[in-house]
Amino acid sequence: MFKSSHLPLEHADKKSWASGGASSSSPMEYPTPLNFYEKPPMFDVKLEQFEQSALDRLRILAEIESCSARGRPWDETKRIVSTLCQKHLRLSSNTAGGDLGIMDTQKEDERRKDHLSHFVLRLAFCRTEDLRQRFITAESTLFRCRFEEATPAERTLLYESRDFKWVKVDDVEKKSLEANLRATLTGFKNIAEQNDAWDRDAFYKVQWSQVPQLVEHRRVFLKKGWAYVPARQQSAIVFREFEVHLRQALNMTNRAMPQMDEDTRLTPIIDHLSQGFLAGVASDWQYEEGDDTTKLRAEQVDEYAKKHWPLCMRSIHDQLKKDHHVKHYGRLYYTLFLKGMKLDINEAIAFWKKSFQGGKVTEDKFNKEYRYNIRHTYGQEGKRANYQAKTCVALLTGDAEYGCPYRFLAPESLQTRLQISYADQGLQSSDIHEILNNKKGSHFNIACTRVFEITHAKYVKKGEGLGQSETVTHPNLYAERSIEFETKKEGPTKVTSKQEDDDLEGIIMQVD
Amino acid sequence: MASDAMDIDGSSPEALRAFYNRLYPFPSIYKWLNQNDQAPSRLFTHREFAFTLPGDIYLRYQSFKDEKEFKAQVLRHVPTRFEIGPQYTFRPRDKKTAKPGTFNPLARELVFDIDMTDYDPIRTCCTDAGICKRCWGFIAAAVHVLEDSIRDQYGYEHLLWVYSGRRGIHLWISDWGAMELSDELRKAIVGWLTVVLPGKDSGKKVNVRSHSKSLPPSIGAVIGHLAEVFDELILETQDVFASTEGYEALLALIPDAALVHTLRSKWVADPSRPSTDKWQDLRQLVKNHKQKALLKSAMEDIVLQYTYPRLDAEVSKHRNHLLKAPFCVHPKTNRICVPVDPKTVDDFDPDEVPTVGQLLLELNNAGKDSAAEDEWKKTSLAPYVEMLEAHTAAIIESKRAIKQEKNGMSW
Ligand SMILES: [Zn+2]
Repeated sequence: MFKSSHLPLEHADKKSWASGGASSSSPMEYPTPLNFYEKPPMFDVKLEQFEQSALDRLRILAEIESCSARGRPWDETKRIVSTLCQKHLRLSSNTAGGDLGIMDTQKEDERRKDHLSHFVLRLAFCRTEDLRQRFITAESTLFRCRFEEATPAERTLLYESRDFKWVKVDDVEKKSLEANLRATLTGFKNIAEQNDAWDRDAFYKVQWSQVPQLVEHRRVFLKKGWAYVPARQQSAIVFREFEVHLRQALNMTNRAMPQMDEDTRLTPIIDHLSQGFLAGVASDWQYEEGDDTTKLRAEQVDEYAKKHWPLCMRSIHDQLKKDHHVKHYGRLYYTLFLKGMKLDINEAIAFWKKSFQGGKVTEDKFNKEYRYNIRHTYGQEGKRANYQAKTCVALLTGDAEYGCPYRFLAPESLQTRLQISYADQGLQSSDIHEILNNKKGSHFNIACTRVFEITHAKYVKKGEGLGQSETVTHPNLYAERSIEFETKKEGPTKVTSKQEDDDLEGIIMQVD
Repeated sequence: MASDAMDIDGSSPEALRAFYNRLYPFPSIYKWLNQNDQAPSRLFTHREFAFTLPGDIYLRYQSFKDEKEFKAQVLRHVPTRFEIGPQYTFRPRDKKTAKPGTFNPLARELVFDIDMTDYDPIRTCCTDAGICKRCWGFIAAAVHVLEDSIRDQYGYEHLLWVYSGRRGIHLWISDWGAMELSDELRKAIVGWLTVVLPGKDSGKKVNVRSHSKSLPPSIGAVIGHLAEVFDELILETQDVFASTEGYEALLALIPDAALVHTLRSKWVADPSRPSTDKWQDLRQLVKNHKQKALLKSAMEDIVLQYTYPRLDAEVSKHRNHLLKAPFCVHPKTNRICVPVDPKTVDDFDPDEVPTVGQLLLELNNAGKDSAAEDEWKKTSLAPYVEMLEAHTAAIIESKRAIKQEKNGMSW
């Protein structure tokens, strides 16, 4: 295992790393939870932390993209992001004090994790224009959520922490431009409210190019290249500056990347992270040892497949029934999936043996080859690793024949497959168009989520996904939720235990 | 004169070649694009030119190392017209050797294009390609509004207006702040200046009062001027509401059914009632109406819909958009795309713009006694070239001043 290492997060400034390792931090290292990410993290990091913090942040960014692809209104997006942040990337307010049990050291840790994860993902997303743009959009949304949740005092601290190049309009000038400036104070119920705002609020002058959004929609007064921004729109300057700064930083990181490739420990992690983001999902499902009552038996698989499996697993299952055989990746994906559905090793061997009957695989061949592979997959042979079921990311970037059908099937084939699989669960031909559109926009996980909504219309409304607006990120999560809804269990099972890494395809690196 | 003019066919390739060879002001265009009268800078050498050749052949990504090569290549190809694009990261002619993703536009004049066809739903005198003194009023109104808005609101100073040779006008802004605008920022300016939503369909196309009832200050600043334009151009010159179609389009913009009914009854009974009187009818009814404020806003919006500049947004939004060079010849009219002085734009008459044939004739009549350089001085092209020269001198002077200020500050 790696002990610890300085990670070269800001290559343009190598010296800062040489002098890094300033692990003792003053309480003022992060005076506010709002971070403009201008300085790279300067503390020691364990490789596991490096990856885990980035994965946690990735979950949130992926959910932000999903919200945007589904056209969720801002308030809803904010609520979802905020809930998810509580879980994966909590960032407590300065005022969340001792009463709530949030100590300063804990806040400091949260802010460090936020800081670190942002810089790790910069490495992963600086490499193509498409990735850069998506990262900027998602990060800006996250920043905006946090900014809106921040207290006025925290915002003031941010304003004072850097030069936003704004000039407060003095009273004389404000008075002299009254008619023009007042016209930009809009949205009040009555004139008294507007008068009140006029008396109370300041205006800030910036170069018009700092607030293109406000200019485009004529929300400001312009004079000789200066935009007069009402205090209530001041955040627009901050958001814009955040984006501009992040774009410059990503370009710089991208130029410095070749030097970074020397550190071979990081490359696979970074590749893995950007793959996950490309696929639009970050997995949020983990295997949990079940008690006997939740275990799946071989003879139930057929029924469950029809009622609960997502299209990827349903397709493998159907092919297996029809041909009494599936190829390597089909077996691998489905064995791991069924294991995740708590089909234990003996049941699995029974299931596969039965499924192969009638096909070309003789019992002798099955016992010699396939039995071993199943046992291996269950960690009973070879290096005895406890392999995880494949995530949507793995299936999206995996085998074209057995991976995500929303991605790999041609639109016509997908349409047919959907109709065959789900027509008796409420999927109508009028739904197909929307799903194919999601596919066209590369929102494969949203297509899958939509199918879940349609086939579980009794339990979830459109937009609610797997419940609580969650998007499909893992085939097992899909199936579990489906089963839960049917057995009317309250709420999804929370999962905590972390299993050993999946190294069947070397997606997550193993370090010795 | 008339019989002499017959001797020169302005549309022939020979005439075009002679025009490029003897009259086209290459030095002036070079200096203007180069923003410097000295050695060629990247603003010139990395600049894209695109030639249109007879038979719809389009040569993109041409670039020249200096003024001499520029002229030589134009004479070699004799394009029916040529267009100017941005300064790129590499010489456009080396585009093929650039690594993928590295050939990008860097700087470019901020340009606007106003075309008469966007006013087809309103104007009554001409359609399609036609333009006359009467409909030039729309262009003149647009020039005034953009001049005021851009100078006052954005603070740009170096604006060059160029007649497009037929039915429109182009604006080139050469201030450095404008040259280096990203596409995103260009889009923001276009949004700011877009008041009339594009489209051929009728109905309300103005929506500028988002939350408040009053006009945004930028539009409030020009509404007074546009109300005058409306009276003269829309009501008198164009008499837009004379036809049934014309006044129905007006009625469709009035948000009060009873009032619309009253007006329609009156106008149906007297269809030939002039537009001025019809507008007066509306004004009278609004004066004592209980919804006076709402209707006054609607009337302001009508003024905007009929007179505010209609921009071709796509031209302005992208740095790499090509725009026809000044002093090119319009292939249909044979008129030169000459600069236009915004101060006298109201008096500009498209029919008085010199044609190739006319200029060559003037040159022939002037005789061969004088020097071969700057032959345009002997023709009616002279005032137009001088306009560009003065414009370029101002750009160079202002660059020099900025440089001096910077040096001064570093002392
Ligand atoms: Zn006309």
